[in-house]
Amino acid sequence: MNFDLTEERQMLQDSLRRFLRDNQEALRASTRLGNAENSLGFDAGIWTKLAELGVIGALFSEEEGGFAGAGFDLTTVFEELGRAGAVEPLLDTAILGGGLIAALGNDAQKELVEQVIGGEVHLALAHGEPNSRYDLAQVETTAKAEGDDIILTGRKAVVINAEAADYLIVSARESGATGDEEGISLFLVPRDSAGLTLRGYALLAGGRAAEVDLDGLRLSANARLGTSGAAYAALKRASNRAEVALAAETLGAMEAATEMTREYLLTRQQFGRPIGSFQALQHRMATLLIELEQARSAVINAAGHLETSAEEQALQISAARNLVGRAGRLVAEESIQLHGGIAMTEEYELAHIAKRIVMADHRFGDTDTQLERFIDQSAA
Amino acid sequence: MDLNYSVEEQAFRAEVQEFLAQKLPKEMSEAIRLGRELGKEGHEKWHAILNEQGWLAPNWPQEFGGCEWNAVQRHIFEEECCRAHAPRIVPFGLAMLAPVLQKFGSKAQQDHYLPRILSGEDWWCQGYSEPGAGSDLASLKTRAVREGDHYVVNGQKTWTTLGQHANWIFCLVRTDPDAKQQSGISFLLIDMDTPGIEVRPIILLDGTHEVNEVWFTDVKVPVENLVGEENKGWTYAKYLLTHERTNIAGVGFSRAGLDAVKRMASSQMHRGKPLSENAHFAARVARAEIDLMAMSTTNLRIISRAAAGQAPGVESSMLKVKGTEIRQEINDLARRAAGAYAMPFVSEALEGANEPDMGPEGSAAAAPQYFNNRKLSIFGGSNEVQKNIIAKVKLGGGA
Repeated sequence: MNFDLTEERQMLQDSLRRFLRDNQEALRASTRLGNAENSLGFDAGIWTKLAELGVIGALFSEEEGGFAGAGFDLTTVFEELGRAGAVEPLLDTAILGGGLIAALGNDAQKELVEQVIGGEVHLALAHGEPNSRYDLAQVETTAKAEGDDIILTGRKAVVINAEAADYLIVSARESGATGDEEGISLFLVPRDSAGLTLRGYALLAGGRAAEVDLDGLRLSANARLGTSGAAYAALKRASNRAEVALAAETLGAMEAATEMTREYLLTRQQFGRPIGSFQALQHRMATLLIELEQARSAVINAAGHLETSAEEQALQISAARNLVGRAGRLVAEESIQLHGGIAMTEEYELAHIAKRIVMADHRFGDTDTQLERFIDQSAA
Repeated sequence: MDLNYSVEEQAFRAEVQEFLAQKLPKEMSEAIRLGRELGKEGHEKWHAILNEQGWLAPNWPQEFGGCEWNAVQRHIFEEECCRAHAPRIVPFGLAMLAPVLQKFGSKAQQDHYLPRILSGEDWWCQGYSEPGAGSDLASLKTRAVREGDHYVVNGQKTWTTLGQHANWIFCLVRTDPDAKQQSGISFLLIDMDTPGIEVRPIILLDGTHEVNEVWFTDVKVPVENLVGEENKGWTYAKYLLTHERTNIAGVGFSRAGLDAVKRMASSQMHRGKPLSENAHFAARVARAEIDLMAMSTTNLRIISRAAAGQAPGVESSMLKVKGTEIRQEINDLARRAAGAYAMPFVSEALEGANEPDMGPEGSAAAAPQYFNNRKLSIFGGSNEVQKNIIAKVKLGGGA
């Protein structure tokens, strides 16, 4: 049993932490609400440097063209991103987009993975729909063959990083009924394709997303990733990896929130003494620290089981995200409460961190959905 | 024990309902229902409608042009307003300053300021909190020094709600720096147009501009703008906090919020069924509703005691804590119900320009309101301060 990071991961953590700390100002500038000057939703210069640092490559295996890619590599990177409140779309371009192309793409398509690792290409997964909520198999968008072409019709909801993406990976149904795992295909769609319309907007917790309309979008059949109707397993694997990464990001944000709160309790004076000297507040701080360590262990559990059986993965990931969802909400709300009004202001870093924590619960399944998945998996 | 409203009270409720059905503009209730911002003109318009009806000042004595309703009537009025999605009455002049002027102000102050509050000529804001004086309000530092027939005010106020719309501010200022904390404070009325006042916006975490910093640099305030006696301001401020805390429980807001959650949940599909039929979500909603039902009766118990002339004690602190907990839980439910559509920050939606097909109705405001209403447990005496009050009364000693 060993819970230390390997030397490589320790180096990755150190260099990424240092880089993010040194670039705090640029990171924060790009996360301000409704930041009109930044149509990307993140800082392009930081993205390039993350690629140079090898941070993107660390999310892919050697076989895929990267140099790491295991569960604990993902958590090492995303915990740091979470601590810094970074909104750079590594989850969307690398874990989801790059991961799916690496899993399903042919040799020509896989060249994009190399460009992703080099920081040259951005991707977005256009999968969720207005009625799909958190169900991965709920795909109503259709892909109809017309000669050698494929025609995509449908609507994709809250597609994160869509505007910055060079390609969207669009899921559509080639056969079966809505809700079937069979019949779902993925297509590589250039963002400027005719028949594809984006309606972009900022996200409350930073970054940008778009509603994507597919109005009879015509593609050549070789835009398909993998074989027809068989993309579900790859989607599931990519979303599992994304959920582990997201849980780690939230853990990092919870660390930042508790550190800021601890600092504040020690310095803020009311009634002639630091508010951290009041026992009622001391106990609440203690509770946050206890829950933080619970969250850390839950993330370790999930990351450590990323290469195990589908059943074990499902159990561990739903457990981690349920726990992180609960503990995260507590940490976000209590950190704001213990700070008082100051943490309610947009310019105070904790406000952004709290939004990152809480809004993460709205991707891939919220706390309750994870609980249901855990119950289903335990009963199976 | 009788849980029913009296015949008179029921008639009063019908009268309020009738008024709201006739006079509340549809576009206004629609905006409130969807969690959109109303803006200064919207608030002023609603105040004018209420004033025309003679219902703008439910808590004022009739001699000053108020309704002089008792606590039960006020509760019914607030409940019906919430149910109809009427805008809230902006409380700073009407509910906060006016009772102080009516009790402690001079005849000249009453004659001058009270009619202007009703007519909408003046928009008041509250200058209490300071950067270093939040929960510990009595440690405030803004100084007022008497120089001839003026006070000269220097300092900074913060969290000044809707101060950007105000032309007057009522302030707690320190007039005797040597006195023990609470005893050197005075209550001043200050014209916001006086040279030396600067209002700086504070943008909140949901992107809204509802609070401000107000800076005072050598601001000259005529001595006749002092309310009551010098150095007695703390007494007046406390009077306000203990006697005029209407709707502290926010029952109406919670009920409207819970209805909105249910509407959204029935329109959102989860695993092939409406979310409202999902056992876990339904259980959360049910828990909040059970809490609200009980809290609403606690509220009525206290209100009916107040209507009988008994001053509320620690119960108002209890209501503040429980009421804000329930409201915040309902905001959390709304955020959950919205699913992925809780994530967008569509500021236009909050101002009324949302394109129709972006997520379920109410989803755009769900997460911003969840974050914005974290303030409920912080302001108006934080929930920690309320618990200190309860503990001090029940356990004694230093809390």
